[in-house]
Amino acid sequence: MISNLLISFELNGKEIHIEAQPDRRVIDLLREDLGLTGPKESCGRGDCGSCSILVDGFVRLSCLMLAVQLNGRKIVTIEGLYGPKGLLHPVQDLFVELGALQCGFCTPGMIMTIIDLLNSNPRPSRDEIREAISGNICRCGAYQKILDAVETISERVSQR
Amino acid sequence: MKSTQINIGSTLCRPDALLKVSGTAKFAVDYYGQDYIWAGVKRASIPHGTLKNVDCSKALKVPGVLTVLTHKDIHGTNRQGVVKKDQPVLVDDKIRHCGDAVALVLAETKSALAEGLVAVRTDTKELQPVKDVMSALKPGSPLVHENNAKGNILLAGEIAVGKSLAALKECDVVVEARFETQRQEHAYLETENGWARLDDKGRIEIVCSTQTPFRDRIEVAEALGMDPENIRIIVPNVGGAFGGKDGITVQSLLALAAQHSNGRPVKMWWDREESFLASAKRHPCMMAYRLGAKLDGTLHFLDVDIILDTGPYDHLGGVVLALAMEHSGGPYRIPNGLIRGRCVYTNNPVGGAFRGFGVTQVTSAIERAMDLLAEKMGMDRLELRLKNALKAGDRNFVGKTLTTSTGIIECLETLSRHKLWKQKSSWKCGVPPFKRRGIGISATMHASGYGPVVPDYANAKLELTTRGSFRIYCGVVDMGQGNTTANIQIVGSLLNQPIEKMEVVLPDTDKTLPSGSASASRCTYTFGNALISGAKIMQERLCQKAADLMMIKDSNEFSMIPGAIRHLPTNREIRLETIARIMDSSEKTVTAYFRAPVATDSVTDDKNLRLHGIPHNLFSYSANLAYVEVDEITGKVAVADYLTVSDCGNVMNPQIYEQQIQGGVCQGLGLALYEDFETLDGRIITKDFSTYLAPTSMDIPDIQSVALGIHEPTGPFGAKGIGEISTNGPLPTIANAIFDATGYMFDKSPITPEAILDALNINLSG
Repeated sequence: MISNLLISFELNGKEIHIEAQPDRRVIDLLREDLGLTGPKESCGRGDCGSCSILVDGFVRLSCLMLAVQLNGRKIVTIEGLYGPKGLLHPVQDLFVELGALQCGFCTPGMIMTIIDLLNSNPRPSRDEIREAISGNICRCGAYQKILDAVETISERVSQR
Repeated sequence: MKSTQINIGSTLCRPDALLKVSGTAKFAVDYYGQDYIWAGVKRASIPHGTLKNVDCSKALKVPGVLTVLTHKDIHGTNRQGVVKKDQPVLVDDKIRHCGDAVALVLAETKSALAEGLVAVRTDTKELQPVKDVMSALKPGSPLVHENNAKGNILLAGEIAVGKSLAALKECDVVVEARFETQRQEHAYLETENGWARLDDKGRIEIVCSTQTPFRDRIEVAEALGMDPENIRIIVPNVGGAFGGKDGITVQSLLALAAQHSNGRPVKMWWDREESFLASAKRHPCMMAYRLGAKLDGTLHFLDVDIILDTGPYDHLGGVVLALAMEHSGGPYRIPNGLIRGRCVYTNNPVGGAFRGFGVTQVTSAIERAMDLLAEKMGMDRLELRLKNALKAGDRNFVGKTLTTSTGIIECLETLSRHKLWKQKSSWKCGVPPFKRRGIGISATMHASGYGPVVPDYANAKLELTTRGSFRIYCGVVDMGQGNTTANIQIVGSLLNQPIEKMEVVLPDTDKTLPSGSASASRCTYTFGNALISGAKIMQERLCQKAADLMMIKDSNEFSMIPGAIRHLPTNREIRLETIARIMDSSEKTVTAYFRAPVATDSVTDDKNLRLHGIPHNLFSYSANLAYVEVDEITGKVAVADYLTVSDCGNVMNPQIYEQQIQGGVCQGLGLALYEDFETLDGRIITKDFSTYLAPTSMDIPDIQSVALGIHEPTGPFGAKGIGEISTNGPLPTIANAIFDATGYMFDKSPITPEAILDALNINLSG
């Protein structure tokens, strides 16, 4: 058996030092070892986006990453997302207000994808939002209200 | 924090959404616990065969494997099923589909489990698979169940309407068509999973993703030979279900694992491929239709023959067939005809409940036949539908007199006034080069509830807590559709309490009360009605208590206000927490029962069809419209606009109502254009989301929803079921729009770019 590797990274603002098997996936490390069950696994092979997290500010699929790839990086999961006043992030707020979810299983991954979009493009058009979330499957079909929620944020930024 | 008043008819943001956006909502997959182990299933991997032996010896030597269990470790019937118990927990004689479970492995880690599952050896004798319904029905076909009296037929039925086939010759115009719909996978994002443990008193606690905790408990108990009292099923948030979790998935396997884990918690979580392999699907369906009318467009005759591929087990196949038969004539008056249906065993994946439940298939047939008829008669499609649409007092095709609200005419009329209908010609005129544009419509109806025999009831429970809040014990699962929020609205509005005073207990067989399945568009109708009674009892009890405390004779002088009860003549108030403290716990809890009214019409002498649900009593309706643009070069179909006008009773929560419409349309568009769960000789060839094309944000247009809000007198605040109706519209609406665009009526789904190009090439060369 190959010995464990020590990895260090920042997770939701906290320093983490943890040992992991070389073949340990990030989704398992987060859910099973670190108790963060926000990121969800649904396909295990990069097709659905449910396990999306932010790595150094960019959205990544935690089912396709190995734990060792986190070494030295900043990780944010849905649990580490918050808004300017320490409450919910505006994306989260609008998801609630506009009903941009049903079962909620895709929601953590969907929101992380949207955060990545807004980081690079604070005023996305509806079509740009559509394209940005096209790798996140929502089987309940909440797409329209998700677009509504993100478009509302985009409009608010434009009005500022 | 400002207090939020709760009203029926206005949007209350879903309280579960707050937990879901922050990642704190717990799903069954989020349960781990101290010292837990993993359980996994060895699948048969052959469609049909005799299981001679399971060799566990190599698996038991894998480091980390704790034990391997087979059918020999099961001490009950080892059979599960909703109507007919024909599905083994672990195969004990025959393998009947690739997803059959043959052994259960318990291991310390996921990797040891994976290695252990590979190491389990099965000794099987392969039999010729029954690969489709046509070969299953041939004389001399291999049998899926040797002891089944009707060969490979699970359920067959026939209902003659009016003059039956004799009316065919009285028609002036007849159209004849065959349609075939595909197998559809639910593809809920939370795959089947659960967590279980045996406590020191011998009780097994199962946390799982299911639509049916109370029925599961009984099924698990029978299959494993346990006392149902010793099984507790807890259902936290559910990551989608759509009918696919209406019936046992992991429950018995988990309970069996818990019996052999020395008290350690056991976790099972099927991966996507296993979920695709082992879960139930929407039945593939073959339909032969002959629809006849008089010269003026009055429908006169319909002959329907429906064949469902139900796979190897009953699951809910017979019930799906019955609902398909009942809805085969759509929302129209058709006085004569014949309905024949067969639900056929094969060695394909199990057919089961899927949002739309057989109605989706037959609606796609009758609605395409209606367009073919309109075309043949040179009649306007909408006019033909309006002319024949059902109204209250009419008999629907199966012969049920409509005694509840019947809004299909209003749906169609509203559609006819909508700008998308009015502007259809100008939109078509604007067609760009190498594209074709078309407009399609459809009319649908969908029953709610269980039908005339199986009792459709709910038991609501409501408790005043010592904090002065109200705790609702939800007996029906919320798998994302939002019925828990409806429950909060019912109690909050009747007791005049804000959202801050509302608490919910999600389904738990130890805490909440039996209230049936989360299915059949019944959740808010049946449970909501029970909860209304419960809230009224609570209100009377609390006002009486307040009157007694103030020594005032007439409790009618009291009213509930947020947080308190007020004596209106004097303005004196008693806080709810004060009342709660002096009430005995037995007084603080109320329960109430509701049983849905059923049809008393005698539409068939076939007791088996009645048992399987014919006829229903309450129906929702919708009219749908789509704009599609077909690309002549790529064959791609783009849906530019989609409208649903619906009669699902009074709207309790506009946002959740829209969610249900949009979600159902999304899955229906998947069925129409993208999704196909393919098998080859009983083996699955669609194993993941790269080949099973669930719609993404790029595939779904913005959907317009118009709710008519017609009050249904028997409904909770006038509401009817809304869970399924919207799934039935897209396939026929899109097919009819493509017919309008290309002149080609597609009889198979999904309507792929390849099929479009084939058809266009034929048309060009022809």
